[in-house]
Amino acid sequence: MNRFCVAALLLMSCFVMPAAAVIETYEFSNEELEQRYQDLSAELRCPKCQNQNIADSNAPIAQDLRKRLYQQLEGGASDGEILDYMVARYGEFVLYRPRFSGATAVLWLAPVLLLLAAIVLALLVLRRRKDSGERTGGELSVAEQQRLHTLLDESESGS
Amino acid sequence: MGPRLKLFIPLILFVVLALFLLRGLELDPREMPSALIDRPLPEFTLPSLGSDTLVNRDAVIGEVALFNVWATWCVSCRVEHPYLNQLTQQGVPIYGVNYKDEDQDALRWLQELGNPYRLNIVDADGSLGLDLGVYGAPETYLVDAGGVIRYRHVGVVDERVWRDILQPIYQELLEERAP
Repeated sequence: MNRFCVAALLLMSCFVMPAAAVIETYEFSNEELEQRYQDLSAELRCPKCQNQNIADSNAPIAQDLRKRLYQQLEGGASDGEILDYMVARYGEFVLYRPRFSGATAVLWLAPVLLLLAAIVLALLVLRRRKDSGERTGGELSVAEQQRLHTLLDESESGS
Repeated sequence: MGPRLKLFIPLILFVVLALFLLRGLELDPREMPSALIDRPLPEFTLPSLGSDTLVNRDAVIGEVALFNVWATWCVSCRVEHPYLNQLTQQGVPIYGVNYKDEDQDALRWLQELGNPYRLNIVDADGSLGLDLGVYGAPETYLVDAGGVIRYRHVGVVDERVWRDILQPIYQELLEERAP
């Protein structure tokens, strides 16, 4: 049985196509440029296929953007200039980490605000629990203490 | 807050979440605002389809017009083509941007289906498309008399899109120009 499985798997592997190498390769004049190319293409979002960056996407528009990215890097543009260029054409949308602005403020601040709200809420709940704990269980108030004593005394004298 | 009211917290949370999700269903994530709204049409110097002359930005501005990005490989473009023909007959100026296409195919297409375009800018390598922020054909830009992009529509232009979206803006731009 095992042998059969192995044979079947081997047979199947014959029909598996190697994943087509998606992406064209560019020759960079130095390694630093290549590294920046990798970083930027991972950072830029493909406008057509919205959940992929341009490094992973095979859409024509992603190819165009990669080509343009390559040209700009070889042309000596800085990262900032390249991102500005892309944003000018495709909007903040192309950045996986949009810049902080009026429109994106909610996006950036919401996690912080939610965290703060959660902390405040937790503190309030904890404090209230502590307060109510003091009232019901734990130590007795002075009046309760006295009442306890009288009760105990009564029962002692009564027995 | 009374303990009674507290019981409603999950319900309230649920309703709020449901409203957000419901809204999300209606939103089309592909409908992105163009970054070029209220920006001038980008500069270009590109061949004109079917002739040897080059056209540039100055040749196509001066009038409120539609810029339609199309290609023969684009299925939806074939769908909207008859309506573009109709718009031209109504007197709406339409310029074509033949996006990443073969000239021969494009010329044959126009011969077979009619030519609604004043002229076609040949954007074979997609450079003008990139400057326009095009991410897929068909896209239609509404450009005012001063050469400023005022609206971008992604997808097919049909009667409904024209009547509900493009025409009101088009009329507004015409009137803007008149006084």
